Amino acid sequence: MPHDHPHDNGVSASGHPYRTDNDGALSYWQCMEIAVRELLVEKGVTTSSEIARQIEAMDARSPSDGAKVVARAWTDPDFRRDLLADASEATRKMGFDIGPMKLIAVENTPQLHNIIVCTLCSCYPRNLLGLPPDWYKTRAYRSRTVREPRSVLAEFGVLLPPDVEVRVHDSTADMRYIVIPARPEGTEHMDADALAALVTRDSMIGTGLPLDAAAF
Amino acid sequence: MIYVRVKTWAPPGHVRTPAYLRGKTGVIERSLGPFGNPEELAYGHDGTPTLLRRVRFTMSEVWGPDCEAASDTIEAEIYEHWLEPAPTPRTRHHAT
Repeated sequence: MPHDHPHDNGVSASGHPYRTDNDGALSYWQCMEIAVRELLVEKGVTTSSEIARQIEAMDARSPSDGAKVVARAWTDPDFRRDLLADASEATRKMGFDIGPMKLIAVENTPQLHNIIVCTLCSCYPRNLLGLPPDWYKTRAYRSRTVREPRSVLAEFGVLLPPDVEVRVHDSTADMRYIVIPARPEGTEHMDADALAALVTRDSMIGTGLPLDAAAF
Repeated sequence: MIYVRVKTWAPPGHVRTPAYLRGKTGVIERSLGPFGNPEELAYGHDGTPTLLRRVRFTMSEVWGPDCEAASDTIEAEIYEHWLEPAPTPRTRHHAT
């Protein structure tokens, strides 16, 4: 029988086992989500296409949106001031649809390094940066970041001298946070578009630093 | 600086005050809100408008002498009804 891929002992050509199908029973909350969603559609509160559009809109958000915000803060002193005063308003004025999100921007300085965590769940500025990385939601990251942030940072490759204060922001309630990392040295000649390429997702969570301009 | 202490309540329900900060003293970093009380919103009630404070704690206050770096800090959002006035720590008096 013609077949375009081999099935040798359930192992792929690269030697890895095939991922199993998700044939397990639905969890309680998966059933609840399906039931509520179908009821909302049946009762005309929303439609399946509207739900699909909202999922697409969320998936279209990415850290590159946040990188543009950071790069502008680095190059536009008035914007930086507005961003630190009210990050929701400043990002909306810049043209990002962040919905009802209430955002606080915290700025790294030579004396201060900020890092974001949500110990209670997985609060993250999704309406600007998109979905969080999986590790952000793990119990290890959530519990260790408030207890031993310097060790966590070291594992991410961020080694800070003792005279730099580490400030952990626990997103416990209604606010979401973005770190404005320090502008790398040697970037004086770069415009906002070029600078945005240096701003990584992790540098806006605080677990990383912007890329080195010399690498470009 | 305004010193506040997080209450040591341990109620059931949808509580946004992390257990590791209960009983700890910090300073108000900024005030936010009011926001609907999430402990009521989670159960279908209207949610009493409640002021939200950002409170800054030192690592030494939260974790004691075996913390990584005593003057590193943690900031968290705590609702007003979870906070009570706290005296300025004695060490601060000696320092001034």
